[in-house]
Amino acid sequence: MITLEINGISHHLDVDPNTPLLWVIRDSIGLTGTKYGCGQGLCGACTVHFNDQPIRSCVTPLSAVAGGTITTIEGLNSKEGQAVQAAWEKLEVAQCGYCQSGQIMTASGLLQNNATPDDETITAGMTGNICRCATYHRVHSAVKEAANTLAGKATVEETA
Amino acid sequence: MKVINRRDFLKTGLAAGAGLTLGMYIPPIVAGESKPTTGKTFEPNAFVHIGSDNIVTVISKHMEMGQGVYTGLATLVAEELDAAWAQIRVESAPADASRYNNLAWGTVQGTGGSTAIANAFTQMREAGASARAMLVQAAADLWKVKPETITVQEGVVSHAASKQQASFGKLAELAALQSVPEKITLKEPSKFRLIGSNNTPRKDSRAKTNGTAVYTQDVKLPNLLTAVVAHPPRFGGKVKRFNADKTKKMSGVVDVVEIPNGVAVLAKDFWSAKLGRDQLTVEWDDSKAFTLSSEDIMEQYHKTAEQPGLVAREEGEAAASMKQAAKTLKAAYEFPYLAHASMEPLNCVVNYTGKECEVWNGTQMQTADKYAVAKTLGLDPENVKVNTLFAGGSFGRRANPYSDYIVEAATIAKAIKGKTPVKLVWTREDDMQGGFYRPMYYHTLEAGLDEKGNLLAWQHRIVGQSILKGTAFEAFMVKNGIDHTSVEGAANLPYAIPNMQVELHTPDNIQVPVQWWRSVGSTHTAFSTETFLDEVAATMKKDPVELRRELLKDHPRHLGVLELAAEKADWGQALPTGRGRGIAVHESFNTYVAEVAEVTVKDGKFTVDRVVIAVDCGIAVNPDIIKAQMEGAMGFGLAATLSGKITLKDGKVEQANFHDYTVLRMDQMPKVEVYIVKSTEPPTGVGEPATPIIAPAVANALYAVTGQRFYQLPLSLKA
Ligand code: FES
Ligand code: FES
Repeated sequence: MITLEINGISHHLDVDPNTPLLWVIRDSIGLTGTKYGCGQGLCGACTVHFNDQPIRSCVTPLSAVAGGTITTIEGLNSKEGQAVQAAWEKLEVAQCGYCQSGQIMTASGLLQNNATPDDETITAGMTGNICRCATYHRVHSAVKEAANTLAGKATVEETA
Repeated sequence: MKVINRRDFLKTGLAAGAGLTLGMYIPPIVAGESKPTTGKTFEPNAFVHIGSDNIVTVISKHMEMGQGVYTGLATLVAEELDAAWAQIRVESAPADASRYNNLAWGTVQGTGGSTAIANAFTQMREAGASARAMLVQAAADLWKVKPETITVQEGVVSHAASKQQASFGKLAELAALQSVPEKITLKEPSKFRLIGSNNTPRKDSRAKTNGTAVYTQDVKLPNLLTAVVAHPPRFGGKVKRFNADKTKKMSGVVDVVEIPNGVAVLAKDFWSAKLGRDQLTVEWDDSKAFTLSSEDIMEQYHKTAEQPGLVAREEGEAAASMKQAAKTLKAAYEFPYLAHASMEPLNCVVNYTGKECEVWNGTQMQTADKYAVAKTLGLDPENVKVNTLFAGGSFGRRANPYSDYIVEAATIAKAIKGKTPVKLVWTREDDMQGGFYRPMYYHTLEAGLDEKGNLLAWQHRIVGQSILKGTAFEAFMVKNGIDHTSVEGAANLPYAIPNMQVELHTPDNIQVPVQWWRSVGSTHTAFSTETFLDEVAATMKKDPVELRRELLKDHPRHLGVLELAAEKADWGQALPTGRGRGIAVHESFNTYVAEVAEVTVKDGKFTVDRVVIAVDCGIAVNPDIIKAQMEGAMGFGLAATLSGKITLKDGKVEQANFHDYTVLRMDQMPKVEVYIVKSTEPPTGVGEPATPIIAPAVANALYAVTGQRFYQLPLSLKA
């Protein structure tokens, strides 16, 4: 039995500990927002947060995250996550949308670690996430937009 | 005049809603802000439903794979209905060719060839206008005023003189009693308030941003088993014998069945099925399999190209004038197989009960798939229901003329006698190695110049597999042995050259399954023609834009995008050393695109820094979606320009995943600018036309810096 907290809910899982976290999330828990793209850590579609850091769930065995905290797109409610989602909608980033849960989880992780990334940092941070619809132009702009929103909020809080 | 009375309306409504019931419920795919409509609805036609809750549901006959068609069709309906954008939601239509056929394709329902907005432009507007007229008539009856005195704005029906107002929802029930108008007038384009505006945010944005969008991979049904298939390693291979003893003992594995194209492992979840497949031992019978390598195929094509082919275009006397030419130029081009590699690997869900079958899939060809499934299962097509879901990309792959992976899912369901519903999942490796590629091609080109240096003759020979031969499309898209998709872009080259000949060879001994890939024939013809013309310009010592301008005099729309792209990209202005620009222009699917690429060459490597795109697609229905499609389609083409290549070794595909079939990533994405030509022409498609010309634009830019010409894709700089 492995215990894992996913989106604030504690799960006791009777699953082979070698099972990749992706399939535990999708098939055992039933949360389907996290996607399968390559299964080899190459595309980022399966990105979730483990103890607040983005990881590739398709190459992470369940045993490696036992006892930890997982956040998936369905439970993303950090202020960075919300700013990212709002920017994504505003700039209409998604085309087919299949890669976007992973893009959003990577982007919010990036902003949690660095609230004011420059252009190169954004590109470097997002280059692991493949989008076959090539929405990169907008993904990049949306990360910037989210960073600006967060900075704006921070300024307001400081003055208040 | 067709009068729908309330009883009939209720009957139709019920019949349409009930459909095939298999005792389980999956919510329809809904895109939009609102909850599914509840209560009574007014259903004036197959495309618009208005609920008493004031929600307007637009029924999309086209599938959404990222191209924005849900939003596009909804824009057309909402425009003529004068609805508020916020009250619109979009639902996928059931597979039904009698109501939801693609008007550009005749009697089949399907999405492809950049036809969605083009074929539905008038149809959807009429659907909206017709519903509006019935709402107006309902209000006129209710208020006892003349319909001409009623106005509709943002979903509110008003009569100014009597200060009366009603929402669509309030009028829905009454409107259902009105007769469907025989004649309707559509708005003058100058009155459009949604078409051409950016006030129509995508209806699928939110669901695709919060993880709630449902793709085939996400379908859940009671007792659903996941199937993973061991496919033959070579095309045309068969199972000789297999041993599944180990697999059957594994936890989660429920069944192992042989199907015509391999061995399927069915398990309670994907991972168990995949592990189960790993433990199978299968002996393959390769006696009828394809065993050649890419080099063998190319060598054969080289030989074939020495002979004249079937004539796809003939103007003047190309061969004779070539002999008289003062100067001739020759070049030959090689193109590899390409995989679509959509982010959602292929999959399909079927629930077969012995008498009926229900399918869930992000498919581009609902009705063809429906017939294919019916045939596989020996069912009447009436008893096959196809639910169209979002597709996580497709780029043509989910429009398979043989319904290959859908039939595979049905075959597995049949093999287990419909005991449980089945979700077939192809792994990324299965998807990459499963065939149906953009074909390999070989082109030869020859140009002849007269004494004055004018272009006198042009000869183009193409060798490559036919996509359409042997499919249901052959009858209307292969004429006199010429598959239109092999020569499009070359046979209709717009340049004013007095003597022209385009020929085609279609080898029929290559068993590699091939298919359309975003922009189809233009993926190769645009490259050879646009880089060769650049070479001709250099020989003439003419500026590439200048030569194109001269040769496109009679093609104002080509010329329009050429000039716009050149101007916006600062064509002719100097760039620092190591940097250069290249241009290409091409029409595909009746849409005209020019692209200027700016590159930097440094230390034997290059980057594409900036791409300026000019597009003429007639009336721009959703400008922001057009921009997104230009950015994305260009990026898709750039992936094939930089690294896309599927190769065969002794019949086996050498690539397996994104490490050896590399695709574009953010660090390779150039800055993009998109400019849309203002137009009053009917709208044409935007999903594909930006794809084919990025490769020639980049190749021409690299030439400008290095003096190297490119005769192969993907591009590689000489050391
Ligand atoms: S699915 Fe995990 S990185 Fe691609
Ligand atoms: S939006 Fe389609 S793969 Fe990214």
